[in-house]
Amino acid sequence: MPLELVLQYFLSGLIYGCIYAAVAIGFNIIYNATAIINFAQGEFAMLGGMIASTLAGILPLWLAVAAAVALTSISGVAVERVFLRRVARSGVLNTIVATIGLSMLIREAALLAWGESVRTLPFFSGTEVSSVYFLGAHFSPQVYWVAGATALIMAGLTAFFKFTLMGKAMRGCSANRDGASLCGIDPDRMVTIAFGISAGIGALAGCVVAPLTQTHYAIGAELAIKGFTVAAFGGLGNSFAAVLAGLALGMLESFSTVVVPEAYKDVVTLCVLLALLFAKPTGLLGSRAAATLKEY
Amino acid sequence: MSGPNRYLPVLACALCAFLLPALLAATKTAYLLTQLTMSAYYVLASLGLCLLMGYAGQISLGQAGFFAIGGYASAFLSKANLSAFASGRIAGLLEHVGLLVRGADAYGNAILSISPWIAFICAVLLAAGIAALIGTPVLRLKGHYLAMATLGFGIIVERIVRGTKDLGSADGLSGVPSFPILPGLAVAGGKALRASNFTIAWLVLALGLLALVNLIGSRAGRALRALHDGEEAAGAMGVDTSRYKLNAFVIGAVYAAIAGALLTHYNGSIGPGEASFMKSVRYVAIVAVGGMANLSGTLVAGLFLNFLSLRGVFGRFDDAVFGTILVLVMLLAPSGKARGRAGSRPGLPVFRRRGDPGG
Repeated sequence: MPLELVLQYFLSGLIYGCIYAAVAIGFNIIYNATAIINFAQGEFAMLGGMIASTLAGILPLWLAVAAAVALTSISGVAVERVFLRRVARSGVLNTIVATIGLSMLIREAALLAWGESVRTLPFFSGTEVSSVYFLGAHFSPQVYWVAGATALIMAGLTAFFKFTLMGKAMRGCSANRDGASLCGIDPDRMVTIAFGISAGIGALAGCVVAPLTQTHYAIGAELAIKGFTVAAFGGLGNSFAAVLAGLALGMLESFSTVVVPEAYKDVVTLCVLLALLFAKPTGLLGSRAAATLKEY
Repeated sequence: MSGPNRYLPVLACALCAFLLPALLAATKTAYLLTQLTMSAYYVLASLGLCLLMGYAGQISLGQAGFFAIGGYASAFLSKANLSAFASGRIAGLLEHVGLLVRGADAYGNAILSISPWIAFICAVLLAAGIAALIGTPVLRLKGHYLAMATLGFGIIVERIVRGTKDLGSADGLSGVPSFPILPGLAVAGGKALRASNFTIAWLVLALGLLALVNLIGSRAGRALRALHDGEEAAGAMGVDTSRYKLNAFVIGAVYAAIAGALLTHYNGSIGPGEASFMKSVRYVAIVAVGGMANLSGTLVAGLFLNFLSLRGVFGRFDDAVFGTILVLVMLLAPSGKARGRAGSRPGLPVFRRRGDPGG
């Protein structure tokens, strides 16, 4: 395979890997706070891209993206306050079914609001023409934004969980809910914040990849399952591992088109998911303790 | 329900199978029979899921995958043209015993194809085989992992049928031959066969229901319920939990495959949409509205919702309706930690049975 082709596959893997990682981080934040796997996670990325593409018509791009992230965060908070809080204590099966229902509702609402058309965002800097050539492959300038946003999300989350009081409170809450409430932390509030953060991260990821991958009302379900694959691959709850796993999955998917037809690309990914779940349900990089289903 | 009462829904289905066509014909609404026939097949797939999800407590988001495997396999095999082998000795022998049938395509060319009976049996066996194969590792998983694994399986089936040219890619398979059951009785579309097909579908549904009612009232049913309430406890009482879970999974897949194959012969076609995640979610929604471990609830909810959906009552809100149903059912489900790991039983209050912890 010529070198420029390898590079091109690598770039495409990097872009998809970053968005899978961002969705997986969203899964992890909510999972750590509540032990819920939020099947509506992919819809947040869809919402971010769609809202930004609408607002980009009337606002400067950076403001449109910021507004999209903020609005999606608010909808994440609303989803938790209005629905999931009531369902969360009635068992794992019920929360799974409820979050699936929610994802359908969000998607159908998006279909009503935006129709079936595929939308996109302008490049954050430069244009398609200003691609940088490197060893014969073209790098769209947006790639820097995608990689940069992922790095920023990781750095921001690390700082948040390590150095801020609220971040520490959330970690305390996920380690021991009862213990945390004895220390004066309100677990319900932490859960709400977790949903807000996770929806915002999803939205940001949805925005930065939108110029490259485009966005559509129905992309959420696919992102959710890929994101979960990545989260499970890295071990549920482990966000650093999620980035590595996301990149690995992106690369696998991208390079798999060399050997299998494009139409079967997802089959490869999902077979990896099944094989992984069968062989090592705790995740390749995860510990058994972190992956045990938490019961609240 | 217990005692002879539990056979009431079976009886009702069987009675409807014969009475409804006459009733609808008398009120000049016989056109409704088409959707009622299709609903019956969809409900059959939901009943299979009811056993797995409601009674055994194992969620499956891949029921549509098995439905599509049944439908596609039966369609593919009964459409396959074996003319190239027609002169062979084996083909002659098979034709003689009725396993191969001669026909002609739309252009009048002679075709030699596999008997729909064989295609149907192969399709169901294929689904059962796949279920048995993936069931062992899949059912070791719990909670979210189980949900994601079954969801992944469903999407794999969908992507394969959508991406494979021999299965019609995005268009699916059409021109599926009719399925003659008895002389003069065939699973096929067409106005002339509408009433008889309704009767076939509802009798199949009644039979499927009867088998499940008996199963649930038996030792196996008690084992499954024990498993639902607490897997470790059931295991400690000597229930072979993995075997019972696997059996429930395979039975669920077989129900879906039978439904898929029969509906495909009835419609004469099948598309990749039948394998979609949305369809799987519908089966889950119907079982949830029906009260999870409640066959008659699943039956009533399934017939009602599928019929309305197929009639186009929900219009473009079709998927939104099912999403709303899922969210509402779970919001209204009685909650509380004390109800144990398996959680409370959701469902409309009418489908919650007395004596249920949540009732």
